[in-house]
Amino acid sequence: MSGFRVGGPLDTGELIPHTPGGPPRPSRRYDASALRSTLVALLSTVLFFGLIGWIVVHAPNWPDVQQSFFNGSIWAQSVPDIVPAFAVNVQLFCVAEVLILVLALVLAVLRSLPGPVFFPFRLLATAYADVFRAIPGILIIYLLGFGVPALQIPGVPTSTFFYAVIALTLVYSAYVSEVYRAGIQSVHPSQEAAARSLGLSQFQALRYVVLPQAVRRVIPPLLNDFIGLQKDTVLVSYIGVVEIFRQSQIDQAAAFNFTPYLVTALVFLVITIPLARFVDVLIARDRRRFLAGAR
Amino acid sequence: MTAGTERPEGRALGVEQVWKSFGDAQVLRGIDLELADHDVVCLIGASGSGKSTLLRCVNLLEPVDAGRIFVGGAEITARGVDVNRVRRRIGIVFQSFNLFPHMTVLANVTLAPRKVLGLSEGAARDAAVVLLDRFGLADRRDDYPDRLSGGQQQRVAIVRALAMDPSLLLLDEITSALDPELVAEVLNVIRELAGGGMTMLIATHEMGFARDIASRVCFLDAGVILEQGPPAEIFSHPREPRTQQFLQRIVEAGRM
Repeated sequence: MSGFRVGGPLDTGELIPHTPGGPPRPSRRYDASALRSTLVALLSTVLFFGLIGWIVVHAPNWPDVQQSFFNGSIWAQSVPDIVPAFAVNVQLFCVAEVLILVLALVLAVLRSLPGPVFFPFRLLATAYADVFRAIPGILIIYLLGFGVPALQIPGVPTSTFFYAVIALTLVYSAYVSEVYRAGIQSVHPSQEAAARSLGLSQFQALRYVVLPQAVRRVIPPLLNDFIGLQKDTVLVSYIGVVEIFRQSQIDQAAAFNFTPYLVTALVFLVITIPLARFVDVLIARDRRRFLAGAR
Repeated sequence: MTAGTERPEGRALGVEQVWKSFGDAQVLRGIDLELADHDVVCLIGASGSGKSTLLRCVNLLEPVDAGRIFVGGAEITARGVDVNRVRRRIGIVFQSFNLFPHMTVLANVTLAPRKVLGLSEGAARDAAVVLLDRFGLADRRDDYPDRLSGGQQQRVAIVRALAMDPSLLLLDEITSALDPELVAEVLNVIRELAGGGMTMLIATHEMGFARDIASRVCFLDAGVILEQGPPAEIFSHPREPRTQQFLQRIVEAGRM
């Protein structure tokens, strides 16, 4: 064959004659060079990390490090303790996340209400976000987990799990409400104008037009906060909830060895890295859509 | 005496001494305008002359500073008027379409009939399909707006406004954001609506279209209606020097 097809939207299917001095066939050459790039990248990666690994395990103190952090038998003992304890963390962040998404949305909507009548609501929502973003989360956890039960008010729950969920919800709602608010503000005012011009009330415009677009846009940052929440569930170990971190502390103290902490670290890696990659995929998708929409 | 009884029958829109400013900028400086039923009135004038602001005031998207606006005989600028009820009867189509990007064409058109008029899903859908069909959009009903051309998007926006069965339609430079070859398909929709007796107030830069379709043309300049009359009169024998100047510039730009 002495020609090649151009391809693309303007391709008429005609063969364009391939002159010897002209451009070479593109596709094969690109395939070959792509394969070569991949192989080079693979080889250099293996060499690079192989070298680092070799240096680490041949360092003079490596046996001590291995004994203290990567101890095989302690690893085997602590995994059956620690992994089930993670179920408590899963319950914590699942229950808290649902409450956070609801409370934060309410706060963001309150803060977005226009007009002088709603000033107290805006003030309340703004003060909430300021206060709970300013105070370290661990303080809120202590205040609720130790302080409130100590009041011994009849009927007030004493479950530490309860206060753990409430504390995490209070702290994270402040951040998440700001994320929602940014999303609401990113929807162009002409969208609300279009909705109102059709006779929709302010609430209907918010409910059917503004919020669906706002929430869609902030899903990646919401997931980021969700990752943060997952990790911060270990903070509630300080008020006596036996979750993964507390369990690994117990195992660490019993074996006088840090391997249980490495097990815990690995559990968090396994759970959060896929979520982080998923966030990347969503962001890339949004970017493609945005670029397509901008035309 | 109520506002309704002092208005003659058949008056679709009355604008009386409407003033509007944004900060220090006086955009509307005492507008008076009357539309009878089935009138098609075109507002022409330079950018910034107040055409869009006037339309937004009529739809109560902007509160007026002074003056009164009547729609179908009732004052809509009066205290205690339910703006949501008023807007049901006034359709507006914007320059930038403003379709809801997260909804299909059909959902865009049926949202207000369902949520505002309380139509059932099926009834709203049937009515929307008839309208979409009439304007050549039947096969696009399940598409999202970003799959549509600008001309199609604007026609959907017109259908969305019509789905509320408005007594008055406001069109705010609806072809200004379109590629030139897409302008005709949108203007043809408006021609058809005018032929069907729709009362319309149209801000436009399309002079040929205005000459063609308008029962009356109003020239706005610096927030007042400087001159108005039948299109033949305004375009052929403008009285005011400012009108002559404006039309001269339009002709020089090759747009008429």
